[in-house]
Amino acid sequence: MLLINCPYCEDDRPELEFANAGEAHIHRPKDMADMSDEAFEAMFFIRDNPKGVILERWRHAHGCGRFFNAVRHTVSDKFLKTYMAGEPRPSDDEITELMK
Amino acid sequence: MAKPAIALRHTPTEGHNFANGVVSVSTAAPASRISLRATPLGANSFGKSLGLDLPKKPSGSAAKGGKFALWLGPDEWLIIDEKNQDISLVPKTASTQLSAVDISHRNAAYFISGNGAENTLNAACPRNLSLSEFPVGSATRTIFGKAEVVLYRTQNNTFRMEFWRSFTPYVWGLLLDAARDSNN
Repeated sequence: MLLINCPYCEDDRPELEFANAGEAHIHRPKDMADMSDEAFEAMFFIRDNPKGVILERWRHAHGCGRFFNAVRHTVSDKFLKTYMAGEPRPSDDEITELMK
Repeated sequence: MAKPAIALRHTPTEGHNFANGVVSVSTAAPASRISLRATPLGANSFGKSLGLDLPKKPSGSAAKGGKFALWLGPDEWLIIDEKNQDISLVPKTASTQLSAVDISHRNAAYFISGNGAENTLNAACPRNLSLSEFPVGSATRTIFGKAEVVLYRTQNNTFRMEFWRSFTPYVWGLLLDAARDSNN
């Protein structure tokens, strides 16, 4: 079974306790009403589907209940890093370092 | 004048008992329970009124005189009072620092004890429940099969399992199968 490190429980927990909650670091602009339809569509509906590293939101649904962010490799399904919600996105250099 | 109607409450786990050579499953007596969400300030004041220091560490717990406070999340606790079954622990005065909900009758609980208790639970719970990873006094919300449960290790080989009362037939059936298997 895949173990996922929950940054709030500070421990590895079995994947069955978690739920995926989509792509992380989506910026929702304050002036959404003024956006063009195309810009709104891109922000609201269009998501990356990379073969490689993806930044995702996860929720420790059957544990502490908290949302957090994770860096996951979609091919190996390896969790490179997890960090608390609200923390800044890891830099590209850091992600490259994590993949080594 | 009409006589007041008296509703008798029955625990959904009534009469559920099982024991073989290695594990025994028994029903926990009814208890008062609180689901508490609170800021650090609210947690401190609620802890004081309860006479318990609410645990701040992940998976931690505090126990005193039949009262337990189990850490479920950074701002969430499950509080159980075994001694006072029909006393609501909800504070009398409102506060913006905490939200306490009486869930005494929402939950039911089993005790699973014996040398085979770990194996019995691990039949449907993916957590590592060895003594080194989940020592006495640890508490966690996790899953048992498809049911969400709260596990609390009260002694070396005794666990308290809290779950929603409507899950009882499912949890009991699965637990019984697991307990029978743990004999092998």
